[in-house]
Amino acid sequence: MTTTTTTAGGVKVVKPTVSSYINDYWGRVRGGDLGSLPAILGLIVLSLIFAIARDTFVSGLNFANLFNQSAQVVFIAMGLVFVLLLGEIDLSAGFASGVCGAVVAILLTNHGWDWYTAIPAALVTGLVIGFVLGFLVAKIGIPSFVVTLAAFLGFQGLLLVLLGGGTNISTRNEFFNSLNNDNLSVTWSWILAVVAVAGYTFAQFNQMRTRAKRGLVTDPLGIVLMRVGGLAVLIFVATAILSQERAINPAINSLKGVPIVVPIIGFFLVLWTFVLGRTSYGRHVYAVGGNTEAARRAGIPVDRIRISVFVIGSFMASIGGIMAVSRASSVDPNTGGSNILLYSVGAAVIGGTSLFGGKGKIINAVIGGAVIAVIDNGMGLLGFSSGQKFIFTGVILLIAASVDALARRRAATTGNR
Amino acid sequence: MAATPLLELNGINKAFGPVQVLHDVSLSVYPGEVTALVGDNGAGKSTMVKCISGIYQIDSGTVTFEGNQVAIHAPSDASALGIEVVYQDLALCDNLDVVQNMFLGREKKRGIVLDEPTMEQMAGDALASLSVRTLKSLRQLVASLSGGQRQTVAIAKAVLWNSKVVILDEPTAALGVAQTAQVLELVRRLADNGLGVVLISHNMNDVFAVSDRIAALYLGRMAAQVKTTDVTHSQVVELITGGRSGNIGLPPEKPADFGGDVVDITPGGDK
Repeated sequence: MTTTTTTAGGVKVVKPTVSSYINDYWGRVRGGDLGSLPAILGLIVLSLIFAIARDTFVSGLNFANLFNQSAQVVFIAMGLVFVLLLGEIDLSAGFASGVCGAVVAILLTNHGWDWYTAIPAALVTGLVIGFVLGFLVAKIGIPSFVVTLAAFLGFQGLLLVLLGGGTNISTRNEFFNSLNNDNLSVTWSWILAVVAVAGYTFAQFNQMRTRAKRGLVTDPLGIVLMRVGGLAVLIFVATAILSQERAINPAINSLKGVPIVVPIIGFFLVLWTFVLGRTSYGRHVYAVGGNTEAARRAGIPVDRIRISVFVIGSFMASIGGIMAVSRASSVDPNTGGSNILLYSVGAAVIGGTSLFGGKGKIINAVIGGAVIAVIDNGMGLLGFSSGQKFIFTGVILLIAASVDALARRRAATTGNR
Repeated sequence: MAATPLLELNGINKAFGPVQVLHDVSLSVYPGEVTALVGDNGAGKSTMVKCISGIYQIDSGTVTFEGNQVAIHAPSDASALGIEVVYQDLALCDNLDVVQNMFLGREKKRGIVLDEPTMEQMAGDALASLSVRTLKSLRQLVASLSGGQRQTVAIAKAVLWNSKVVILDEPTAALGVAQTAQVLELVRRLADNGLGVVLISHNMNDVFAVSDRIAALYLGRMAAQVKTTDVTHSQVVELITGGRSGNIGLPPEKPADFGGDVVDITPGGDK
């Protein structure tokens, strides 16, 4: 049963109920608008398989490890979402993160800078790299594939040069090393969990209230409650697990609380989701990715948008690099190399960001990053070799890209019309 | 109806290099009326529209808007005056919803945050003023709309900004019978709301169904601007294909009419 209602200006629209909302969602999924659904299902299935095969997979220690291990990939993937939204690619993001990591390590260790000057220096390095890449793509007109492939090689070399031909520089700054190794206290973990849930609840209900006040159609209350409830359960259960003692020998070194990197991921997740969803800049990014010509005619500065996504991409890569160096407490010529870039692109695409531009959200990077981390970690626990892990991850990425391409074709043929 | 034209072009000339595309063209657009702009391929219709919308600069001639002479140098000048063009390819983003498309590039903001409720309300009002009742939701993605609905959104986008003149480039070219009827009804309603509407069309049925006046371009010249009620179907076809019909239209062809240079009138310079 659908009831119609009258929205702004007397336009008759269907008033959504919980069931019609779910039907609509299912209709969109069938019409090729899959979002993160395949990734979430994959995450659940993979987790179940690994949990059954190896019970250490579900231990608190391993759960916390997943966050620290995936941090670099998740940060780079968040930046790549912006680049992918425009239908571009940044193949240099991995080594850009390595270069920024080297900058921070060299400044900390060789030049004796403190973290509060060294970290901003690395972030600025990321911004500069992004601007150069974006300028070459938008103003000179070189395909992003070529620009960033050249940069991929260039940054790999730059990393070697910075590290003096392959030495390993370790970092001893305590705060810096704690970023992607240590945990918040249990009290702070719970405070943050409560703040996060309360903030989300407030945002949801505030939006509903403003829309209702203006006589606009709102999401059904049941759906809003489900969203809020679902997130609350997820966050509180995770916090509860992470608050347990997980050290093998607690007497020597107690390990409990949410990893410090989690609220940092959360901060950027909220920040970029806000930027993409609630600001005109974000709207313009989607517009340029969806129909460049329409965006140009609407007066959107297309070139500037194109440069800006590369700037954001490399900026997030620099944060990924900082996290990688913090985790290892050192930087070497392979930081940000190897599989990092492909894992990051994989994370964004597996999470539901389209390679064709115009479709994607920041949460995709986090969900996709979780899938990648679970595969990497779970297969490691099961004793598979690196080679086997690469093959499996490659297959998963291919599946995700096929799902994207097929969903896109389905959306074009059914057109939802 | 209204006596003074809303938009008046006088003696417009436009050349691309050696190719003279518009010769001394005049056109009047009246408020509350649909003026159909007809002509064969290469007659200069699109060039004329692009001159009005500021994409091209005119070489000579005057543009008068609401009685004042104006200069349109850029698309933003045209929108500032209240002239909106709905292009044939609509220029909508499939991955954005109806409201987002209607406000693209001109979003309403509160601080740095998009003011979605206000935009949705304004979009709803604009659609309601056109009596649009076929949308399921204002938050539907444009990808999920039918061709007629897309055209509707593109037209509603044009009227959102208190525009006074709306130029529609072949709005029914890609539509089926039922949707064509819907869009034509919409075009008529635009005029009934007091706007000056310019309808570019190849379809004589559409032209006779909604227009009050017909302006026929022939090889870059305005063959005639007549009231729709004064002419017949076949007369308009003659104007389009030959530039004249009986005692209306261009004078009989003399070499002097074309400046003695036959190359000048080669059609197809309409780029």
